[in-house]
Amino acid sequence: MYQIVEKQALNPTVTKMVITAPLIAKKAQPGQFIIVRAKEDSERIPLTVADYDREKGTVTIIFQLVGAGTMELDSLAQGDCVHDFVGPLGRPSELEGLKKVAVVGGGVGCAIAYPIAKRLHEMGCEVHSIVGFRNKDLVILEDEFRAASSKLVLMTDDGSYGDKGVVTAPLKELIEAGEQYDEVIAIGPLIMMKFVCATTKPFGVKTVVSMNPIMIDGTGMCGGCRLTVGGKTCFACVDGPDFDGHEVDFDEAMQRGNMYHAFEAEARDSMCNLLKQEVR
Amino acid sequence: MATDRNMSPTKCPMPSQEPNVRNKNFGEVALGYTYEMAVNEAKRCLHCPKKPCQGGCPVGIDIPAFIAKVAEGDIEAAYTILSSASALPAVCGRVCPQETQCEGVCVRGVKGEPVAIGRLERFVADWHREHNAQKPQKPAANGHKVAVIGAGPSGLTCAGELAKAGYAVTIYEALHLAGGVLVYGIPEFRLPKSIVQQEIDGLKALGVDIETNMVIGKVLTIDELMGEMGFEAVYVASGAGLPRFMGIPGESLKGVYSANEYLTRVNLMKAYKPESKTPIQHSHRVAVVGGGNVAMDAARCAKRLGAEEVFIVYRRSMNELPARAEEVEHAQEEGIIFKTLTNPVEVLGDENGCVRGMKCVEMELGEPDESGRRRPKVKEGSEFTLELDTMIMSIGTSPNPLIRSTTPGLETNKHGCIVTNGDDGLTSREGVYAGGDAVTGAATVILAMGAGKAAAKAIDEYIKNK
Repeated sequence: MYQIVEKQALNPTVTKMVITAPLIAKKAQPGQFIIVRAKEDSERIPLTVADYDREKGTVTIIFQLVGAGTMELDSLAQGDCVHDFVGPLGRPSELEGLKKVAVVGGGVGCAIAYPIAKRLHEMGCEVHSIVGFRNKDLVILEDEFRAASSKLVLMTDDGSYGDKGVVTAPLKELIEAGEQYDEVIAIGPLIMMKFVCATTKPFGVKTVVSMNPIMIDGTGMCGGCRLTVGGKTCFACVDGPDFDGHEVDFDEAMQRGNMYHAFEAEARDSMCNLLKQEVR
Repeated sequence: MATDRNMSPTKCPMPSQEPNVRNKNFGEVALGYTYEMAVNEAKRCLHCPKKPCQGGCPVGIDIPAFIAKVAEGDIEAAYTILSSASALPAVCGRVCPQETQCEGVCVRGVKGEPVAIGRLERFVADWHREHNAQKPQKPAANGHKVAVIGAGPSGLTCAGELAKAGYAVTIYEALHLAGGVLVYGIPEFRLPKSIVQQEIDGLKALGVDIETNMVIGKVLTIDELMGEMGFEAVYVASGAGLPRFMGIPGESLKGVYSANEYLTRVNLMKAYKPESKTPIQHSHRVAVVGGGNVAMDAARCAKRLGAEEVFIVYRRSMNELPARAEEVEHAQEEGIIFKTLTNPVEVLGDENGCVRGMKCVEMELGEPDESGRRRPKVKEGSEFTLELDTMIMSIGTSPNPLIRSTTPGLETNKHGCIVTNGDDGLTSREGVYAGGDAVTGAATVILAMGAGKAAAKAIDEYIKNK
């Protein structure tokens, strides 16, 4: 079925898996997502497609261990199968015709930003990548970004690698220095995307963000992933996940995003204990 | 037989869990007739020559014939009659709105209660399941391939009919489990999932192939199914899954759910089980907005999950509630509070963005509207606040856009429903048929099944005459 043909820890909390799913690999495009369930009774987890190989029939996902569902997924080994793998869902990113783009990635969001940088680079677009991480240990995909970008700025919050600070500072500097971007594509934590949008808005640079809200089915059925964009209710699963960042109500999205934080923390703790027992 | 007729004016009552017990568990509410009760109830049938009940059944079950077999005590023969017309009798016996269909036109209902056709149907299907382990035989293949999109009641029915006629049928289902609304929507206490699973296993025994996790329109299109994949016809039964919201302020607050999301978490994702990993809000005061079966299901789930007070908020009166009479009765018995002639105008939030209440207005009924129901209008100065921590929107659903947006030449109307030619389900595309909620908008399980059955017949004729 959906076999894990490759598994790699990119850093202590971020895992990459390459999964056999030929039909999805044949159709997937950058910006789309899949829904995975590790086991029969696991949660459905939406994850953006990080890469795909149409010939080998594989889809790559990169995920951060945040809750019970992702920990359960991470408990599977190379050679195991995930129980369910659905996609490709959502609308692909619209990249046609772009000549110069700043790709801004934050943390695990870089896993989604990278395939977009790569595709733009392959299309002959000039790519400037600005990627940010909390510290040196959490840096992922540096070489890959370097290969896909004519300029790479790497930031860490604590300055343990690259430049110290957040991604908005170099972005603002580049725009102020006269770089004319057709578009800024920002993918990362909501707070980062919010501030990237606040940075680009005064300059009138179109900014596209990839939203990853709470979701169940991914086909427009539950409405749990609803967002307010330009004053209208949108479903991230069918209308997105990409949206015009200057229109997104980030404060509302952040509030909705923490709806189950207490539940997740509890589930994570019990999952940790469960996994510890299994190791013993 | 006339000498042995039961002339009781009322139905044999359905044994049920006590309201104050069942509103704390997810076990089935109605426990089903015993053999003696069923035989006795069956003897209430007058066997009218005109069979109005059969005309009232969307799948045309020969009701007096199956009831006669029950009265004779030959339950297996009754099952043969039932199953020749209905693909899912154990389901229909539980969820059909009998009062507006077969039982609504029963002659016994003129002076007293109609024959309990639904309860008898359920008894026969359950009896068969418990006493006859024999799986249906796979019929001889006729060499033709048909694809069905959606494993809900309509798709399952169509697939079953075609499989019986020898077609190689593949059902594509978007979710990880087959059953559609029967598994994500209707709760365990009204329709145990083991029953749905058994009906699905029966279809598999007939040779139906069910491919889950397949979102048609995304992973494969109808053009691909009918092109390189070699399906000669496609039946689109993708349902009406897109939830509607009211468009009032505050609907994005934490604690506002669509009924689809709430029920999917509880049923499909099993949040009702204590060991489930699915997050769900632990609510104390819940309002469900809407008056249909889905609203009743959501309200009764919330009660069972421990909410102290659960309200049904509906803008018309008790008389206009679209839900099955039995569901309304059961909800009332379980302590659900009906706030009818009430309409929300705003959801109120606290400083953390969580629901704290709902601003409502009282309504009164005016002149009848185009649906024939009296139009509710706002009573001036009637605004009040209902304190809540959870609000569940159950005001209807629209067809999912994924098929229509990826199928060139498939005509849809302004509501997004697929347009079909009359009753056989043919769409504007040759070889593409559609039915169920994808065509009608949100309706009932049995109407969806009726459409699946009609389409199967039309598809059979289309392929044979090609």
